[in-house]
Amino acid sequence: MQLGIVCGTLVASRKDERLEGINLLVIQPITPDGASVGKTLIATDAMGAGPGERVFWVKSKEAANPFEPVEVPTDATIVGIVDLVNVEA
Amino acid sequence: MLIGRVIGNVVATKKNLKLDGEKLLLVQPLELSGASKGTPIIAIDRMGAGPKERVLYTQDGRTAQQILGRGVSGVDAAILGVIDEIDFSNG
Repeated sequence: MQLGIVCGTLVASRKDERLEGINLLVIQPITPDGASVGKTLIATDAMGAGPGERVFWVKSKEAANPFEPVEVPTDATIVGIVDLVNVEA
Repeated sequence: MLIGRVIGNVVATKKNLKLDGEKLLLVQPLELSGASKGTPIIAIDRMGAGPKERVLYTQDGRTAQQILGRGVSGVDAAILGVIDEIDFSNG
């Protein structure tokens, strides 16, 4: 999983029917200390995250798993909302 | 499989149900030389790894799901072991 911050939302009225009812959020990947790293991406949301929240997401094939038994065509899904990041080393 | 160093952890009350109770560690990917490589990732830990320890981990979803053992789940990284020593030569 990777850390990111939700920095926007995306609306698409015409989309695959299995994506109906699922929020699409814009994520900026971040380092544990909060610095932006890499390109933004669009992810499906399985947790009800909102703009400004720190989240972590899964990528690739596993992104569809939180929505089973529906096989949602997604390659990135938010699976957690971060309360706290402890960096100890 | 990859090697990394545990640099901390993430606390998340709201997370995928299949991740309930799982320890989430921040892992800094390492090269064999010990140099950091890339951005830290979040992996589940069933091995009891602690801060600053070097670990063997996977970023393959299927392997991570095997470690979690809860069937199809939204997990793509898991710690597989805590490294005592790595011996290698260029030969």
